[in-house]
Amino acid sequence: MAFEGIGASVRRTEDQRFLSGRGNYTDDINRPGQLYAIIRRSDRPHARIVSIDTKAAAEMPGVVAVYTGTDLQADNVGGLPCGWLIKNKDGTPMAEPPHPVLAVGKVRHVGDPLAVVIAETRQQAKDAAEKLAIEWQDLPSISSTQDAIAPGAALVHDDVEGNVCYDWHLGDKEAVDAAFAKAARVVRLDLTNSRLIPNAMEPRAAIGDFDRATGEHTLFTTSQNPHVIRLLMGAFVLHIPESHLRVVAPDVGGGFGSKIYHYAEEAIVTWAAGKLGRPVKWTAERTESFISDAHGRDHVTTAEMAIDKDGNYLALRVKTLANMGAYLSTFATSIPTYLYATLLAGVYKTPAIYAEVKAVFTNTVPVDAYRGAGRPEAAYLLERLTDVIAHDTGLDRVALRRQNLIPANAFPYQTPVALQYDSGNYQATLESALKAADWNGFPARRAAAAAKGKLRGIGISTYIEACGIAPSAVAGALGARAGLYEAANIRVHPTGSVSVFTGSHSHGQGHETTFAQLVADQLGIPFNQVEIVHGDTEKIPFGMGTYGSRSLAVGGSAMVKAMDKIIAKGKRIAAHLMEASVADIEFKNGSFSVAGTDKSKSFGEIALTAYVPHNYPIDELEPGLEENAFYDPKNFTFPAGCMVAEVEIDRDTGVPSVVSFVAVDDVGRLINPMIVEGQVHGGVAQGIGQALLESATYDVSGQIVTGSFMDYTMPRSDNLPSFKTGNEVTLCTHNPLGVKGCGELGTIGSPPAIVNAVIDALSEYDVRHIDMPLSPQKIWSIVAAGPKRKAAE
Amino acid sequence: MYDFTYQKPASVADAVKLLGADPEAKALAGGMTLIPVLKQRLNKPSALVDLADAGLAGISVAGGTVRIGAMTTHATVANSADVKKAIPALAKLAGGIGDKEVRHRGTIGGSLANDDPTADYPAAVLALGATVETNKRSIKADDFFQGMFMTALEPGELITAVSFPVPEKAAYMKFPNPASRYALVGVFVAKGPAGVRVAVTGAGQNGVFRQKAMEAALGKSFSQAAIADIATPADELNSDIHAGAEYRAHLVGVMARRAVAAAG
Ligand SMILES: Cc1cc2nc3c(=O)[nH]c(=O)nc-3n(C[C@H](O)[C@H](O)[C@H](O)COP(=O)(O)OP(=O)(O)OC[C@H]3O[C@@H](n4cnc5c(N)ncnc54)[C@H](O)[C@@H]3O)c2cc1C
Repeated sequence: MAFEGIGASVRRTEDQRFLSGRGNYTDDINRPGQLYAIIRRSDRPHARIVSIDTKAAAEMPGVVAVYTGTDLQADNVGGLPCGWLIKNKDGTPMAEPPHPVLAVGKVRHVGDPLAVVIAETRQQAKDAAEKLAIEWQDLPSISSTQDAIAPGAALVHDDVEGNVCYDWHLGDKEAVDAAFAKAARVVRLDLTNSRLIPNAMEPRAAIGDFDRATGEHTLFTTSQNPHVIRLLMGAFVLHIPESHLRVVAPDVGGGFGSKIYHYAEEAIVTWAAGKLGRPVKWTAERTESFISDAHGRDHVTTAEMAIDKDGNYLALRVKTLANMGAYLSTFATSIPTYLYATLLAGVYKTPAIYAEVKAVFTNTVPVDAYRGAGRPEAAYLLERLTDVIAHDTGLDRVALRRQNLIPANAFPYQTPVALQYDSGNYQATLESALKAADWNGFPARRAAAAAKGKLRGIGISTYIEACGIAPSAVAGALGARAGLYEAANIRVHPTGSVSVFTGSHSHGQGHETTFAQLVADQLGIPFNQVEIVHGDTEKIPFGMGTYGSRSLAVGGSAMVKAMDKIIAKGKRIAAHLMEASVADIEFKNGSFSVAGTDKSKSFGEIALTAYVPHNYPIDELEPGLEENAFYDPKNFTFPAGCMVAEVEIDRDTGVPSVVSFVAVDDVGRLINPMIVEGQVHGGVAQGIGQALLESATYDVSGQIVTGSFMDYTMPRSDNLPSFKTGNEVTLCTHNPLGVKGCGELGTIGSPPAIVNAVIDALSEYDVRHIDMPLSPQKIWSIVAAGPKRKAAE
Repeated sequence: MYDFTYQKPASVADAVKLLGADPEAKALAGGMTLIPVLKQRLNKPSALVDLADAGLAGISVAGGTVRIGAMTTHATVANSADVKKAIPALAKLAGGIGDKEVRHRGTIGGSLANDDPTADYPAAVLALGATVETNKRSIKADDFFQGMFMTALEPGELITAVSFPVPEKAAYMKFPNPASRYALVGVFVAKGPAGVRVAVTGAGQNGVFRQKAMEAALGKSFSQAAIADIATPADELNSDIHAGAEYRAHLVGVMARRAVAAAG
């Protein structure tokens, strides 16, 4: 048998079922007597609901119930909660307007749910939903981030003044002002970070079920964190105790953040199933996904760097306007604050940083974490700004980075924006990426491209992220309304095979493989004797779920903790069997041995003894071999790296093609290098999507223009080059595995590398900045305007 | 989707009869356009009359004409040795429509009857001066396209085939819409019995159109240089999030020159 432990590129065991159509996704589940829910959504961006006449709909064939927001309100159904309280500069709490499950009084974005029709068949529910007669009074709407704060702007929530959710800041303003005052030069950049639609392959779905005999509610849902949904929905929305609410997130076809949040439909089907005493299923159509899944990013930012005469960074000042959409999605408020501004040091030793973030409401789909979440916005800002500094000063882009990087001997490194980086070596990833990309050979490739009539450019980004979210006490002090530990249960069966119950949730990441490798390696048992169980609150002790590249760093660490307990107990059993002292028992490669002797017992023998305790220290030790652990991380983890992109531009059409892409990352210890590489590939594909193709667009009237794949440009394989990936390893110092996480770095590091490459390709046109996506039209308009004459000429 | 009845007649005559008897009935070809429209409940036909068994698929070449049955799929046209030999540009165009799945379902008849202003086939039909044959008559390309999603077809009238005169040379160049991959701008250039014709799809507010200034110039000299300075007025071109009218006008020139170069 090939080596299948830590460090082996074991093929993903879950792919067998995913690729052969045998996955068990929420929509694959059908409960006896199941009804179907269709949500009627607003097609108006902002309107007062004068009346909803449900009579005609209720009389349609097969219809069992029609509910509106007032019905839910009357039944004491609460609003959808926000999980993170942000405080304003003056210490007052953010504006937290109600987020009703079904709209009451007003609708606030196209897609806002306002009624649900439940019928025997999906078709009947659809037919009936069309019969709902709604009388509207249209209101002026806000469709862009900047418009939200314009004087006299319409109010998304009548009692949220100026549409401002919060006006928050971080850092030392005085120190920054002082540094700016004595700076040799200040370089300023205005940029936007475009709004994205996540588009997981599997649309969201939810099934509510209710057992009259036990009073237990069950929700099957497309979630990245079933326990969090149970907590939020049970405690805040439906008032069901955990003991009577089971949430199952079975196979989930991609999340990218968009399936973290507690969504209205989950509460609707759970509540309605209880009311009707029958299961209720809802499955999103793709069109619904575009207007009801939380969107990502959407920042408008001004950044200024103060530098000395040699280009050393002295201070950074950032002002960001962040779009929350129409309501606060579960973690929306934390993204442009604690996952963004705290990352503004990047990999640089900038001594003083001050960031101001104003979050605003608009008549658009709520915005929340999307793969990377805040960190791509920070990395994009810093890496664009660094290239603009090079442009404005004439300094070399790579030299500028080298000179400002945090030195490899400076760890642990305290940034001026709260985080303390535990380990890293940014020089190593930078130099390794430059080498892999043959940075120095670029002029020859540019000349060769020019000979073909193409413009070729090369771009670099040196990024960092904070993952392994998060130490609970720190998060709590910053406003989180939850702890951010992870739980694991390790159940050793009598013959020594193992079931692992993890609070992490796999929705494409390959946990069933990576975690099994980890457990097999640590317990010294065969990989195929480890089962990974996740996604069911009835089976798993507890869990905070998967996001923020936390599963291995936090969830994996919880497993290690539980395994340590297993091994400790195993040692006591072994000591008893071999008549030795516990202190003399060593555990290695799956066997317990007495130090300095040839006496040993296999892991399986110990497991069997635990369950057949005939010869057992029964007075001191319980039988059985099963342990729980909760692991609360001591710090964030800090994956970092360097990406280098090369692009070629067709002068005639402005079409950019990514012709080469190198990513060298430090994700700490690699458990399964193939899976890490796959995560990098997927993330980079999404990053290239943001840089060149994707953008959620609303027109001035508040309608979404990119409401389908006919207009929303997802990256496809022919938009992407073959990626070259590499790793440099510095271990995380505060978790037992030394791992850092790899799920998001692709979307964080790649957009600036691509944009920097395009801008470099356009160097003869003297372009300073172009906002994403860098569409052929934008590029062509620069080429068409012709090379700029230098001012001196 | 709303409920409808489904029929699969074994001849064009039966199909025409079914469609004639029920003004709410609709013909179904590959369903690549119609089915999504039905799924979104944007159309409510009483019946679908599937043309799959009506004997409308097939390709024949005779007397300098390539005749393609209405139910011939894009994949069949793309892979046809006859089409590749007679009008390689047409085979290439068909091979560039949508994706593999779409090409194996979508048909030339469906594409033309639908007349999407960003579809590819209309450019070939117009530039090659093809004739659209129906159960009633033959319609010249110049008379067939009448604006966005508007053709000369009468209610219940079915396309049975399209006849393409074999050109001396021809080429199609498509600048795909980055999201939908339909034509943002597509230009078909052909030199044949009827002289030089240049048809532009994707760009015009009224669907496919002929770029007559380019035709005149290429008629004198079939070269890229001949059309280098010919601009396409932007005022009747589309503007959307992917491309403004000015950019589209520019792309018409680029695609036309590339098509001329490819045609040789
Ligand atoms: C993902 C995707 C990508 C696509 N990309 C492209 C692209 O790049 N370029 C492009 O040109 N097209 C593209 N298409 C459209 C595709 O070419 C369709 O095949 C075409 O538009 C319709 O053909 P159909 O055979 O599927 O017709 P259907 O969808 O079955 O019918 C379309 C309409 O034509 C009518 N009709 C069908 N046959 C006849 C007939 N013989 N006589 C009279 N009326 C008839 C029907 O009643 C209906 O109204 C794409 C489609 C999809 C789904």
